[in-house]
Amino acid sequence: MAILIVRRVGIALLTLLLVSAVIFSITAVLPGDAAQAALGQSATPEMIAALRAQMGLDDPAYLRYLRWLGGLLTGNPGQSLANNRPVAELIALRLPRSLLLAGAAAAVSVPVALTTGILSAMYPGSRLDRLLSTATLAMIAVPEFLVATVAVLIFAVKLHWLSALSYVPDTPGIAPFLRAYTMPVMSLSFVVIAQMARMTRAAVIEQVSQPYVEMAILKGARPARIILRHALPNAAGPIVNAMALSLSYLLGGAIIVETIFNYPGIASLMVDAVTNRDIPLLQACAMIFCCAYLILVLLADVFAIVSSPKLRRR
Amino acid sequence: MTEEKTLPRREVLRGLSAAGVLAALGGSLATGIGYGAVDSARAIPRRGGRIRVASVSSSTADTLDPAKGALSTDYARLNMIYSGLTQFDSNLSAQPALAQEIQDSGRILWTIKLRRGVQFHDGKPLTPADVVYSLLRHKNPATASKMKAIADQFQEVKATGPNEVQIRLTGANADLPAILADAHFLIVQDGTTDFRTAVGTGPYKCKEFNPGVRTVGTRNPNYWKPGKPYLDEIELVGISDESARVNALLSGDVQIINAVDPRSIRRVMASANHAVLETKSGLYTDLIMRQDMTPTGHPDFVLAMKYLLNRELTRKALFRGYATVANDQPIPPSNRYYLADLPQRPYDPERAKFLLKKAGLSGVRLVVYASPAAEGSVDMGSLLQLSAAEIGLNMAVNRVPADGYWSNHWMKHPLGFGNINPRPTADLLFSTSFKSDAPWNESGWKNAQFDQLLLAARGEADETKRKQMYGDMQVLIHEKAGLGIPVFISLLDGYDKRVRGYSSIPIGGLMGYSFADNVWVEA
Repeated sequence: MAILIVRRVGIALLTLLLVSAVIFSITAVLPGDAAQAALGQSATPEMIAALRAQMGLDDPAYLRYLRWLGGLLTGNPGQSLANNRPVAELIALRLPRSLLLAGAAAAVSVPVALTTGILSAMYPGSRLDRLLSTATLAMIAVPEFLVATVAVLIFAVKLHWLSALSYVPDTPGIAPFLRAYTMPVMSLSFVVIAQMARMTRAAVIEQVSQPYVEMAILKGARPARIILRHALPNAAGPIVNAMALSLSYLLGGAIIVETIFNYPGIASLMVDAVTNRDIPLLQACAMIFCCAYLILVLLADVFAIVSSPKLRRR
Repeated sequence: MTEEKTLPRREVLRGLSAAGVLAALGGSLATGIGYGAVDSARAIPRRGGRIRVASVSSSTADTLDPAKGALSTDYARLNMIYSGLTQFDSNLSAQPALAQEIQDSGRILWTIKLRRGVQFHDGKPLTPADVVYSLLRHKNPATASKMKAIADQFQEVKATGPNEVQIRLTGANADLPAILADAHFLIVQDGTTDFRTAVGTGPYKCKEFNPGVRTVGTRNPNYWKPGKPYLDEIELVGISDESARVNALLSGDVQIINAVDPRSIRRVMASANHAVLETKSGLYTDLIMRQDMTPTGHPDFVLAMKYLLNRELTRKALFRGYATVANDQPIPPSNRYYLADLPQRPYDPERAKFLLKKAGLSGVRLVVYASPAAEGSVDMGSLLQLSAAEIGLNMAVNRVPADGYWSNHWMKHPLGFGNINPRPTADLLFSTSFKSDAPWNESGWKNAQFDQLLLAARGEADETKRKQMYGDMQVLIHEKAGLGIPVFISLLDGYDKRVRGYSSIPIGGLMGYSFADNVWVEA
């Protein structure tokens, strides 16, 4: 088991290195550069040339890659070209907020999704199952910007219950937190809950059709015990993997929610970086998303190895 | 009407009392819808309170460096923290601010007496060295100032006394006071290179600056305008999505927003607690016909396109009436040099058809480039396409993304759209966008007579003659330049009715970016 896990971690690190090379070369072919973006409508060729030299954009690509990689390893992803601040500082301002939003959304969506999925799987084909299936399908089909916009119109503009902007509240406490976070968390959870619930249902039902479950039924175990004690541990692998995929979306895929609620998260930071051609910032954001994704997938794999009775014994 | 109100040009601009008089008269430019500016001007300002203001955009490129300001959010932030030597009133006349007195000899050598007793937020007094540094840094290419081309007119800036600065220009320019009122020329402390925080002499101190997120300013108790500012704190945020911005206003999360889409006006007006302020400005989106390309360089083609612009429909349908019909020249009616006698060019497809036939261009296929980057241009393009189809002209609209429009498309195609922000003076507008060698000469139009007039008008002492010259320049542009200007677009701000003292300064939205200096909230 330990060897399996070590090998997983090794593969993850190698993937990260490859990803860094890919990110660097992709960002290098983006049309336009930071000098042009900074000067905008008022750019003249001489000013662009001067600024480009000042920003170090004239060096060959491999040199810039090595410099950047070295910086990443020592925790210094460079200076932002748009405002001359260290990239690390900009990210430090935004990342905790994104993690907070993603964490809140995960805390809401994981229990709900698990319950929904397992309930449907326990009584497949029942009225409850069909109701939940239709509901989750509908949730997947409705785009989150629609959910968010309609929610704002109702709860913020008409009823004044919640805040249309979800800037981190100045005053600590539960009430301001709820006022600011309820709608973004709700919009984010919508899609994620639906996807996870459907995956959970499918994975559990697949296990239920296995011979060992039939054995348990014949033994006379109650349905709840059959699902929770016998089927679920074996279904954990696919479920956790599906969750890892859904949760990684909460970090980077939150851009629409961040835009509608004006939430200063890391996804909008990355969009800024693209429009400003702020390559160091863009690269750092991309690396963070890849890291988060890899970590989640890695955790899911490790969890699957540990929880699966088959793999645990190896 | 604005002409009579303008102070006669004098060699000396003196005192704030004059500014007060002008500000009181200036209400005519602002059309308060519902609950207006005139009403709030009468009430007695109240101290205290906090407001949140949302402007159009905010990103990590937000800056506290006046030289680098690029967007309305930047200008609003900068004006909150810094003061300039001069400032605009509601007629766009430059009034003394940190400069107490400005004298000139021959419009080349300008002597500026600084206001006494002005303090920076850190308690240091304002000195001539600060002014010299603030103006000269624009000439250094490493500053990457947006105003480098303008600042290159400063041949020499030096301290000539304990409270006096002298500016020598490379050539006569009567508009220096207006140039100095531009947000880029706000005054910073001598030697400042780090703009992570800001120390200015403006109404609010920088308490928090978080690019792409927000700026918080707290009242400057030692502000040089007695009794001002009124609010305890202002938070400035950027909300780029228009409907999110309007929602934030209507839900009470913010108290002032700018750049309201005409389509959202009804929603704002339907709210009992909110109002819209229309500022008639010089902002325009124009059809560019490059003079150095074919077939757009053909004079008959240019004229045909100008006749093909349906200005009234553009005003009514595209901007829901929040625009002023323009006449293919860039000076708006509110400018004191506006040539009112210039006959309005009508929408005349028959005439356009005749002109195209005359030029032998009847069967030509054209592509016009439009983008959301140039406000309203996509719809204007479609409108033009329809008008063109009526006279058998085959035109396609190529809609390109806003990202990269200015560097990759603007002024690079025979036919496309551009967008020019309001400029404070006719000279600044002509020098940057119409002079033969101007950096943003959109149509590549070259006219020696125009250039000559422009230089002569800069140094002209006689106001009547100067107006005549600017009139002649407008006629030249109207008839010959490769630009069709259908309408001037009004700036629309939405605000909470409890916010008072809010009115128009037509250089931009948010009260010409200087709302911070003027607004208070009702108890």
